[in-house]
Amino acid sequence: MVLFENVGVRYGAGPEIIHGASFTLAPGSFHFLVGPSGAGKSSLLRLMYIALRPSSGRVNLFGRDLESLRRREVPLLRRRIGVVFQDFRLLSNLTALDNVALPLRIAGVRESQVRQHVTELLQWVGLADHVGSYPATLSGGQQQRVAIARAVIGRPSLLLADEPTGNVDDSIGVRLMYLFEELNKMGTTVVIATHNDRLVNKFQHRQLRVETGTVRLVTRPEAA
Amino acid sequence: MALLRSDLPLGGDGSARFLPWIIGCMVYLAALALAATMGADRMADRWRSDLSGTFSIQIPPNASTTPSERERLLSDMVESVSKMPEVASVHVVSDEEKAHLLEPWLGPNGLPEDVRLPDLVVVRLQSDAPAALQAVKARIAGLTPDATIEDHARWQGDMLAFTHSIELLASVIIGLIAAAAVTTVIFVTKTGLSIHRRVIEIVHLVGAYDSYIAKQFLLHAMRLGFIGGLGGAGLAGLTLIGLDRLLGQAQTSLLPALALDLNQWLALAVVPVAVSIVAMITAHLTVLYVLGRDL
Repeated sequence: MVLFENVGVRYGAGPEIIHGASFTLAPGSFHFLVGPSGAGKSSLLRLMYIALRPSSGRVNLFGRDLESLRRREVPLLRRRIGVVFQDFRLLSNLTALDNVALPLRIAGVRESQVRQHVTELLQWVGLADHVGSYPATLSGGQQQRVAIARAVIGRPSLLLADEPTGNVDDSIGVRLMYLFEELNKMGTTVVIATHNDRLVNKFQHRQLRVETGTVRLVTRPEAA
Repeated sequence: MALLRSDLPLGGDGSARFLPWIIGCMVYLAALALAATMGADRMADRWRSDLSGTFSIQIPPNASTTPSERERLLSDMVESVSKMPEVASVHVVSDEEKAHLLEPWLGPNGLPEDVRLPDLVVVRLQSDAPAALQAVKARIAGLTPDATIEDHARWQGDMLAFTHSIELLASVIIGLIAAAAVTTVIFVTKTGLSIHRRVIEIVHLVGAYDSYIAKQFLLHAMRLGFIGGLGGAGLAGLTLIGLDRLLGQAQTSLLPALALDLNQWLALAVVPVAVSIVAMITAHLTVLYVLGRDL
């Protein structure tokens, strides 16, 4: 599903902020991506959602090497990846329904199907009453659930979340984690970047630890 | 509706708000330039059709001939020329007509009685073939050697060159206006891309091709271009109607009539459509170019 081999990342002419990162994520796995702030967690995620190319090494997603990937091939690959951000990144001019519908409309799904799928999914994340609400009128937790719904509406094989609980309180954070676990049980590979030790300790999953510029795969959960 | 849906909040851009105004001004100027081209073209056509195949004969007064002799010579010449197969009609300009022609310069009282004006004859040929003109000229030269013949070729040539210059100038103006419109749309599109960078990133992340984003900018530019274009063309139409009324009151035949015919109004109506198409294409290509440099 995800293969990193001696991957290095640098921005511009600066030093490598990640080097020699090697790991494999099996289909259907659940990993926390942990490490101190600025260690490169977000850069690793950006590599995984193809917003960044490695400066060295090899990144392989779904059997395709990023290096050989042409620009016009990127969108189709991205449709197999769902991304959730700490700051939600909802489109403020669109309702909850339209935000969640965005990936389907982009993929050219028929409008009748779009409405049906989106309404069902919003119901599933507990936002049936907020279908027509704009992001500004929703709480942080509600916005994050809309963002998660948008990330999973296309039934992605890989779900990446960058500090998804960072802007919500702990109780909502826990509920969101249960949501991610449910998606994982349905077969989605999940990677969650977080510095929330309580969540990492509570939900016993494998960890990718980013330390001093490289990545170590911890197969057995250890105290963060 | 789905076709026109916009995911990007482009409507709220400050930079886009002034675009219809700029496009409107440009279309106004372009429409006037286009109307000037059409007016000049029509004026040239009118001169061409009025003067084509006609020439005038001027016989200066001669002190050695009496009025009756002069009248006989003129009538002989008219009769001879009228019989030629190349000639369609011959018209002797009367003293009243000559006085009317000279009125703008000499006033209503005309010339004193003792001042004699040359005789004027207007000949219309069956065709404007040079051979016909030459044959008639030769006949006149044989009958009245002191007659001078004016076939308007030089004047017509000068006027046509002048109208062609107007057309060329108007075309250059339209070209410059189009270039300015394209530059403005590029600037507004680039600003929009910069303002909505984060939103575009999201749309990309959920699997959009560059063309999907470009389509949103395309529709936005088309909408703004059409609104501005419609306003500009409407105002230009009103201006032309006003100018035509003004020129109509002046009652001069030299100035071009600005009253457009149906085809010309249609040509004018095409301007906002053309502008919105240019704006669309420009915005689309700009987005594809700018986004193509990412990643």
